[in-house]
Amino acid sequence: MSFKVVHYINQFFAGIGGEEMAHVPAELRDGLVGPGMALKTAWKGEAEIVKTIVCGDSYFAEHEADAKAQILAWVKEIQPDMFIAGPAFNAGRYGYACATIACAVQDELGIPVLTGMYEENPGADMKNKILIVATANSAAGMRKAAPAMAKLSLKIMKGEPVGASCEEGYMPNGIRRNFFEKEPGAKRAVDMLVKKLAGRPFVTEYPMPVFDRVPPNKAIKDLSKATIALCTSGGIVPKGNPDHIESSSASHYGEYSIAGVDDLTADTFETAHGGYDPVYANEDPDRVLPVDIMREFEREGKIGKLHDLYYATVGNGTSVANAKSFAEEYAQKLLQAGVHAVIMTST
Amino acid sequence: MKLELGFIQINDIQFSKECKVENGTLYVDPDVVKAFMYEDDDVKAWVKDFSFDVAKPGESVRITPVKDVIEPRVKVEGPGGIFPGVISKVDTVGSGKTHVLRGMAVVTAGKIVGFQEGIIDMTGPGADYTPFSKLNNFVVVAEPVEGYQDHKHEYEKAVRLAGLRAAVCIGELGRNVTPDETQTFETPGIKEGIEKYPNLPRVAYVHMLQSQGLLHDTYVYGVDAKRSLTTILNPTETMDGAIISGNCVSACDKNTTYHHENNPVVKYLFEAHGKKLNYVCNIITNENVYLADKQRSSDWTAKLCRLLDLDGALVSQEGFGNPDTDLIMNCKKIEQQGVKTVIITDEYAGQDGKSQSLADADPLADAVVTGGNANQVIILPKLDKVIGTLDYVDVIAGGHAGSLRPDGTIEAEIQVITGATNEMGFNRLSAR
Repeated sequence: MSFKVVHYINQFFAGIGGEEMAHVPAELRDGLVGPGMALKTAWKGEAEIVKTIVCGDSYFAEHEADAKAQILAWVKEIQPDMFIAGPAFNAGRYGYACATIACAVQDELGIPVLTGMYEENPGADMKNKILIVATANSAAGMRKAAPAMAKLSLKIMKGEPVGASCEEGYMPNGIRRNFFEKEPGAKRAVDMLVKKLAGRPFVTEYPMPVFDRVPPNKAIKDLSKATIALCTSGGIVPKGNPDHIESSSASHYGEYSIAGVDDLTADTFETAHGGYDPVYANEDPDRVLPVDIMREFEREGKIGKLHDLYYATVGNGTSVANAKSFAEEYAQKLLQAGVHAVIMTST
Repeated sequence: MKLELGFIQINDIQFSKECKVENGTLYVDPDVVKAFMYEDDDVKAWVKDFSFDVAKPGESVRITPVKDVIEPRVKVEGPGGIFPGVISKVDTVGSGKTHVLRGMAVVTAGKIVGFQEGIIDMTGPGADYTPFSKLNNFVVVAEPVEGYQDHKHEYEKAVRLAGLRAAVCIGELGRNVTPDETQTFETPGIKEGIEKYPNLPRVAYVHMLQSQGLLHDTYVYGVDAKRSLTTILNPTETMDGAIISGNCVSACDKNTTYHHENNPVVKYLFEAHGKKLNYVCNIITNENVYLADKQRSSDWTAKLCRLLDLDGALVSQEGFGNPDTDLIMNCKKIEQQGVKTVIITDEYAGQDGKSQSLADADPLADAVVTGGNANQVIILPKLDKVIGTLDYVDVIAGGHAGSLRPDGTIEAEIQVITGATNEMGFNRLSAR
């Protein structure tokens, strides 16, 4: 028994025509069409294309919702072991269609998907959502792309573990996977340095993440009229941690009232943070969230007002992506509440 | 400075009343080794007893908790002795002749010192991740005196010295043996090097030493690295044991004394020396926890790179998290001096591989070699024999409550395996 595959291609690869025929709506054909032959050859009978979906690139772009619904309905009916789209090489709208429809099949039908395209194809923006095999920038690259896609798709259909991106040929997708290189790290490092010194191309094994740098706002001219809020990644929460913020790798933040609170005490507040010795923060939570001092400043007229709500999470092991989404959300709440400035404390 | 290493291949270890190396077999009397270890006052004070065992490649044996791994060597010509300033007198080493008992190691194990001792499996999937599964290991299991828990730093020192002494004692047996192979390593003086290799890029090895303190320490000629300024070594000095491990950091990326003696960066820079580059020297720098120390040490590293008129520097890290900042500071500042860098690190990308791998980053770190993701989960099968104890498998870094399963298998991160993601680039393991 061989695995069943549904293949998605555009009007050009189906032999209908080029740009002038890009308006053709989605159609379902039996068996393989065009580039499906290259996949079939590489699978050597272990998998076969049962149906091919052909869709014009303009049609997909201009009627995305309709095209998606129609294609999903077909795929759902067929229930293949895998859905393969493309490869699209450097064709922009085709790449977009391949990535978009593959993502929909994966997310909505739970069927494994694979596509292929050139790294600069706009569709490659979705490489962290679906597996995309990196191909050359023109259809001349089919001879390499088809076997790579066939091999990886077979592995996925068989339920075998997928190796590292550089071994399998897919675009790095933000998931780091271990594998054994041919040479020890020190040898690779010396070779890389020799190339770098000679101005020759080299490939880093870990591209540096881009850190989000936020330029500071302008200074507040008159603090005595400003509403200031406190926020913290030091995990200060009302006693008992009502929102169950995790001690490490927090998945959410909390919004808590300090209206009328003059001083945080060991009886009323505590830290949920698991990454530092909590003794001193629990003894006096003002050490992390300085409500007492802010009230003093308020009374002395140094600041206009301390905002009634504060926002807290745990920074310990919390991913940058989570931290960013928390702040994006509560920054809007602070703006709506007319807060002028925030003191963010960490630990 | 020029050093000749004579490699004596050891294919087997046998306990025997006579101590000798003959036809590739080490015959050793554990009582003789024990007596030599007990000549040290710290060992006498803190170690109640030692037991000994041998673990060979392919055997169904698990050694844990592992503290250090040491290769026996002996200085046969030239000034000084192995482990200067610690076991031998403090004379500068790295010249003359040294004999190496290759294919074996002394492994120290036993009751936990810190949370961060490791596992060496001699067979099975775990064996693929540690270089020490390929060696004949003479295992020294230390038993602390009562009440050692309140004196962990003293006990760590005693076990550290005991391992080094065992290696020196065994290394001595190779003094009069004819090596199977010899290799010569030499770096010229600064001016001599420029004249000899006018067209080759000048490269140094920036060797970062774990020095976070509290059982995270490295010693150079007996000096605690956290109390030292960034300085220069001849590469051959490391081959005579100038740098030793006093570490109880995560097993996967701590540099054992064996790693220091057999530093792969030194090895491959020598391989390219005179052909593709001019290997100038090693720059050793620490990884202290205070910001002022980090700033001073990385400033000095960059300053020395400039002073030496380097074209390139290869930087290796030890440990993770806090030292990531030292790594990036070194890299950035060296690059800003116009000296090109490649850095070697490892990753903590989470068990799912989805997190950011390092605690710090900079666009100037554009050439990175990785020793793999230490958070990868592995299942280690039950093995027939345990040298040491399984009592600590759940608590060592990379383990969790329940790591040691009722059927005797272990589920843990590869972080628990000694040397698994080594940041000197000792292994082939990597990640993408």
